[in-house]
Amino acid sequence: MLNKIWPFFIIISFIFAILSGNMEEFNNSLFTSCGEAVDLTITLFGTMCLWNGLMKIVQETSLIQRLSTLISPIMKFLFPKLRKEDKEYKEITINIIANLLGIGNAATPLGLKAMKTMQEKNPNKDTITDNMAMFIVLNTASLQLIPTTVIAVRMSLGSAEPSKIIVPIWIVTIIADIAGIIATKILSKKF
Amino acid sequence: MTNVMNYISTMAVPTVIGIIIIYGLIDKKNIFDIFVDGAGEGMSIVIKIFPTLLGIFLAIGALKSSGILEAITKNIAFITKLIGFPSEVVPLALLRPISGSGSLVVATEIMKTYGVDSKIGLIVSTIMGSTETTFYTIAVYTSSVGIKKIRFVLAAALIADLVGMITSAVIWNIIG
Repeated sequence: MLNKIWPFFIIISFIFAILSGNMEEFNNSLFTSCGEAVDLTITLFGTMCLWNGLMKIVQETSLIQRLSTLISPIMKFLFPKLRKEDKEYKEITINIIANLLGIGNAATPLGLKAMKTMQEKNPNKDTITDNMAMFIVLNTASLQLIPTTVIAVRMSLGSAEPSKIIVPIWIVTIIADIAGIIATKILSKKF
Repeated sequence: MTNVMNYISTMAVPTVIGIIIIYGLIDKKNIFDIFVDGAGEGMSIVIKIFPTLLGIFLAIGALKSSGILEAITKNIAFITKLIGFPSEVVPLALLRPISGSGSLVVATEIMKTYGVDSKIGLIVSTIMGSTETTFYTIAVYTSSVGIKKIRFVLAAALIADLVGMITSAVIWNIIG
């Protein structure tokens, strides 16, 4: 997608800069952009390493298994047709927990495994099933407990209270996720 | 109410780190070795995303400096005002479902311009923390198993995004 959007953004900006007489600013921005990219990367560097280290500990302990039992009532509501013994049940659970904890690089491979298992039981191989739909909608909605990247960026910009946004983010996340879940439940009956 | 929320927000990160470390101790793991190992993997992730961030900064910088972004924002301001959504946040709302690093760059720019602790800065932070890269996620998950008919999935996911963005603005209008 970026292969189309990226050149489009730059070319229309170039044309607009000529027409609006902002050529000098446009020219300067090409150089300052590089410095800004370096700044943001340095900002993220420490935080990314810290959480990757912590999440590695999570992956090596029994915390994930412990949390799996906690979310089983939610799983029952989201995926009523799945049984606990099903292979995809376990894969979906672990994917959701990895998302909650913000282990993105572990969540995606697990999620793809769950998709593969669900696809094996799918009678129409080119059409998405209800369970898959719910699973994908959950993954497109945010589940992350600690928004580490946002906090890192806020801190680098000199925020007085970088983590002030955590509870509001939880509230918004819950409302948005419920909207996605309700939409999926309703639409899956009609389409 | 706001004080309680602030307190819980401040407690969240230390609590999560505490639980992780205690669990590591209970399970008798060499947690420092594991931590260092994981942190090292984090380094390569950051190095890998740098070229993407550079490219996006270039494009966003171009849009901003040419004046086109401001022109678009001004022209749609009357629509967003109707639902109480600040027009300054619109560029982020449009890019968020499409590109993760792109929206991170735009969010950083908006916070820099209007102040990280201003209402706009807080709304932007909340959107970033409560939504995901919808299009990318759907593409990766469906294409990995060769699914072509995704039925209503894009609509349902975008409904969740839209609700999340509007709620982000509403919540800071209430408590902010």
